Amino acid sequence: MVPLPALPQQGFNMKMELIQPFINAADAILSQGLNSPIAVGNLTMEEEAYRRKGIAAMVQLTGDIGGRIIFDLAPNTAARIASNFAGTEIPESDDLVREAVCELANQIIGNAIATLNDQGFRFRVHPPELHTSEHGPKSTEHIEALVLCFETQSGNIFMNIALDYHPSMKQAAGTPA
Amino acid sequence: MEQFPAVKRTKDGQPIQYLIVDDSVFARKNLGRIIESFGGQVAGEAGDGLTAITEYDRLKPDIVLMDITMPQMEGIEAAEKIVQKDPGARVVMVSSVGYQENIVAALQRGARHFVQKPVKPEVLYEVIKYVLGEDGAVACAAAAGV
Repeated sequence: MVPLPALPQQGFNMKMELIQPFINAADAILSQGLNSPIAVGNLTMEEEAYRRKGIAAMVQLTGDIGGRIIFDLAPNTAARIASNFAGTEIPESDDLVREAVCELANQIIGNAIATLNDQGFRFRVHPPELHTSEHGPKSTEHIEALVLCFETQSGNIFMNIALDYHPSMKQAAGTPA
Repeated sequence: MEQFPAVKRTKDGQPIQYLIVDDSVFARKNLGRIIESFGGQVAGEAGDGLTAITEYDRLKPDIVLMDITMPQMEGIEAAEKIVQKDPGARVVMVSSVGYQENIVAALQRGARHFVQKPVKPEVLYEVIKYVLGEDGAVACAAAAGV
């Protein structure tokens, strides 16, 4: 199991048992696909509205806790990672690079959701979509957004996790069936 | 990519024909490359469950590789409809959402096996041989030119 990165000091309410499977899945899939170890940087709370960094794929979650997860990579990082996963050079301009980011998001989030479902949570994952707008919604009282940075030899991959943590759902999340 | 001893149809020695169903073009291309390393051929592709049903009827492939999370119609429902029409259809689910409830649902509704993404070629190769049973034969190294 990948050790948890340092937690933000203030205002952090998201349950770590919900986050750890995403870290583990990203570590397993990226290190296997890139054939090199990765490092997990610090967790940060996103106080302001989300700003896209490059090529981004968004996956919506519904179930015990709703929300969305965005994978975000600089275009040259996305091209290098897509080429690694495909086993052949893919230029930055190729649509396959965007497809690869979506599929990577699908695999990492799908594996994490599988773990959480086997632990008793009930999440449903929706097909990934390219996130093309420059900004996203800001964190609110009920929606916390966390940003994880995975450092790879091909560049950094940012995973922005925003869960709709409504008080009525906290109990459900804390007591898996 | 590693090459595997080719798996052929027992009845006529022809390559196994696959229908690849996934909403991701990238995933379909990767699966296609893996299948070719088994000596198989991609008969067709579909990006959602509804198209998969139409393409299955048209192509009658030996094996369907079916994703679960897709737009329009998800993979488990499409697998069920394909098997209802053709009880001999061999559908293998290939998905990242491999939790127990999903796997059981897929198998109960007609899928023959489940492979978790990211796909490891050596795992898929063994699953393909298992699902084909006596209808598939592994070409010997000399015959396969390995």
